[in-house]
Amino acid sequence: MSGFLAGLCVAVLPLLAAGFWLGRRTARPQSLGGLGTPVEHATFQTLHTASLAAPPLRAGLTEETAGRSARRLRSLLGTDALCLTDRSTVLVWDGVGAHHRAEILERLAAARETGRGDAFALSCDTPDCPARWAVLAPLTVDDRVHGALVACAPRESAVLVRAAGEVARWVSVQLELADLDQSRTRLIEAEIRALRAQISPHFVFNSLAVIASFVRTDPERARELLLEFADFTRYSFRRHGDFTTLADELHAIDHYLALVRARFGDRLSVTLQIAPEVLPVALPFLCLQPLVENAVKHGLEGRGASAGSKSRISITAQDAGAEALVVIEDDGVGMDPALLRRILSGEVGPSGGIGLSNVDERLRQVYGDDYGLVIETAVGAGMKITARLPKYQPGVHTAGRVTKE
Amino acid sequence: MNSGFAVPAVALVVVATVLVGAFGLRISRTTSDFYVASRTVGPRLNAAAISGEYLSAASFLGIAGLVLVQGPDMLWYPVGYTAGYLVLLLFVAAPLRRSGAYTLPDFAEARLASPAVRRLAGAFVVGVGWLYLLPQLQGAGLTLSVLTDAPDWLGGVIVACVVVATVAAGGMRSITFVQAFQYWLKLTALLVPALFLVLAWQSDGAPHRVFAEPAAFREQRAVTVGNALDLRLDRPLTVTVTGTVDGRAHRDENLSLPAGTHRIGGGTRLTFAAGDPVPHADRGSEGGMSTSLTASREERPLYATYGLILATFLGTMGLPHVVVRFYTSPHGVAARRTTVAVLGLVGLFYLLPPVYGALGRVYAPELTLSGSADAAVLLLPGRMIGGVGGDLLGALVAGGAFAAFLSTASGLTMAVAGVLTQDVLPTRGVRHFRLGTVLAMAVPLAASALVGGLPVADAVGLAFAVSASSFCPLLVLGIWWRRLTPPGAAAGMLVGGGSAFVAVTATMAGLPGTGRLHALLAWPALWSVPLGFLTMILVSLATPGRVPAGTSAILARFHLPEELWAETKA
Repeated sequence: MSGFLAGLCVAVLPLLAAGFWLGRRTARPQSLGGLGTPVEHATFQTLHTASLAAPPLRAGLTEETAGRSARRLRSLLGTDALCLTDRSTVLVWDGVGAHHRAEILERLAAARETGRGDAFALSCDTPDCPARWAVLAPLTVDDRVHGALVACAPRESAVLVRAAGEVARWVSVQLELADLDQSRTRLIEAEIRALRAQISPHFVFNSLAVIASFVRTDPERARELLLEFADFTRYSFRRHGDFTTLADELHAIDHYLALVRARFGDRLSVTLQIAPEVLPVALPFLCLQPLVENAVKHGLEGRGASAGSKSRISITAQDAGAEALVVIEDDGVGMDPALLRRILSGEVGPSGGIGLSNVDERLRQVYGDDYGLVIETAVGAGMKITARLPKYQPGVHTAGRVTKE
Repeated sequence: MNSGFAVPAVALVVVATVLVGAFGLRISRTTSDFYVASRTVGPRLNAAAISGEYLSAASFLGIAGLVLVQGPDMLWYPVGYTAGYLVLLLFVAAPLRRSGAYTLPDFAEARLASPAVRRLAGAFVVGVGWLYLLPQLQGAGLTLSVLTDAPDWLGGVIVACVVVATVAAGGMRSITFVQAFQYWLKLTALLVPALFLVLAWQSDGAPHRVFAEPAAFREQRAVTVGNALDLRLDRPLTVTVTGTVDGRAHRDENLSLPAGTHRIGGGTRLTFAAGDPVPHADRGSEGGMSTSLTASREERPLYATYGLILATFLGTMGLPHVVVRFYTSPHGVAARRTTVAVLGLVGLFYLLPPVYGALGRVYAPELTLSGSADAAVLLLPGRMIGGVGGDLLGALVAGGAFAAFLSTASGLTMAVAGVLTQDVLPTRGVRHFRLGTVLAMAVPLAASALVGGLPVADAVGLAFAVSASSFCPLLVLGIWWRRLTPPGAAAGMLVGGGSAFVAVTATMAGLPGTGRLHALLAWPALWSVPLGFLTMILVSLATPGRVPAGTSAILARFHLPEELWAETKA
């Protein structure tokens, strides 16, 4: 019997969920019965129709978006037929009299030249065709004609001319916004590309200097280092793809550290603890190496070359369910949290190299604001940087270089 | 059974699991050598981890119990559980890995770019996970009560607590090592006692004809019947009874029962003499659930077998805890190699439970009456070998059984908690993951207290049926059919998976006890999988405008080897 009850409970669960969902759907304020006077009601209706027509148009003027907004626009104007065109073709014809397309297109060519609207009578052989007269209002974005809105009516009407003009202007505004959206997306893409880390020039100079110092004393070592340098620069200059795998990024860090060790010798010790489960995680290209570079810089800063004290850096990558947790820690001079905050907010430029703020910004752009860097530090207390990388994020794919074992 | 060895063995397994989980990584990978530290998981290690997570209570205890009760027909269970990976290998493994998806909802989003389908897939992950967790907890309860006479619910609560504590504390850091360790532990725990049991059987003169004949008692044996049942006797039988038979109370009396059906009251103790044939038990009439599925299988064996085959063949690919392990493979080819290795490892393991089942038919036939056939694996070492040796082997088996509950339950809990945290609970963060973990475990724990004894292998079969009717169409069509649309995928999952879920729930609740409808509901895969596929295809064809924009590019990424992407993008 208890089994039966339990089954009943489980069976009721989906019903409850469905009811909840339906309730949410229907609870939306659909009808505003107590909306005051008829004028207010009409105003609301108009605004509502206009707001429904807006979202499709915000994606730009295409056959699909035009089709989805044309009916709403027609009910806004209250005409028998409404047509949206781009610069040369009819995108959608909503309502009667679709056989006037050719005639409309002729007029469109003229309007495209002048950029001005037009009202004209349609010649029609069909006796009872209600489309006898048409208003053509151009849709302009940045003073360029992108298309036209054409409304057809049985007879001449000055009101319709004005109304069509206003609606066309409203549609133009939506298209301008769409244009703005597009340029914003392009801007973000360009920004990501610009933010794409470059290796710091100091690093290039220092590495070459170190290699040069080995050329006479230990040519074999110099050759190895030169190869490490070549591998590292090949990785950081590669063109394809904005993302890489954690395994590849760690290999680049290995090449980088080999060059740094050649310069600082025993003064730097690095421990690694990497969960093999997270190695295939995709992440923005060169977003951990700058953190390691930062740790090296901070770790070695303020230690006299002859002091003999070692700087310790640890790199940990853990598996945390749907995320990978990467922690980079050093025991160096640390940083004043207030200064760090200003660096991250972009008020103060970091001193040389690609800064933490760059990595932070890229992580936020790719994964959202929840996934910025978490930095724990104080003056003289070292620094611990934690980055959370989701294992899956739509649009984040590696360009597919397979790491050979 | 002597619990003096078994309880420490179980405790040892629990502690070892927690320790390997927490420190395995630290021991093996703290180094300054990059090439050691950043070596990817090889196919063999990953395969052992997948197998360790996959081999659950159903495999460890359930199959032997079913073979014991039902005979060789039940070998379809291990065959199906293994062959599921063949289907996975052929159709899903490499493209799934190349999709970059970590979980099934991720895959739905990557393929169909629809948050709604993602959420629906998440709901099914939670549903399948809960259905699958339920028998794990029940199996743990059964094991502990067999070992120590503890109440039925205690084992489940212990497993739930250990799993929630380790998962919520982030203790499963080196999960691949833990699960691989669990696989070898489980294999050892079955293999070593099996060798000794086979030797004991050999020295016993290798009685093998009993497999074909109706089982008989080899010595005088007292059986305490759990729930009321009907005994069907083919010929007259004399037994010593304490309790109620046919409505009349007896106390230590010799009773001659004529051939026919007799009603035995719950808690009745029957003592059979050596050589008596083991009578058949019918449990269907009183709505006791432990054999309700098997009853319908007896009625319609062909239908039930095909239902089982379809569910296990196609359900494996939709198990949430199996799918996430493929992410660990560095690329699609490695994912394929991993699957091949899994086939080998799982196949090797599944040779063993039928051995226990067959030996159980010879040496512990009364388990069919007492309703705890799932305990056969645990009881056989003590029964056949006895003494300290038997106790030690029994302890090994008990430890292995707990490894089975822990590994599968922790994998499932992580998968379910991940989905709950990401897609259901409002905001993100570590604390919410802990809340998700508790929630993921609390529901099946409560359900296991309410629902009671469905045979574990059957209960797992139901989880497979839901998975096969919801995720199999999504994965197969998502990978191989470019005209799949989000509305089609959502409708297919809802209709196929939803109907299977309803059927499963009805079965678990004991709704219609017998008859054709019951068979349909108890083995839903045979109609719900085609239903899911059909709905998905038809609705997709009806909404051709909703094919996601980047479908061709996405499918190319699924199917092309990774080396080619770099060239096309460069």
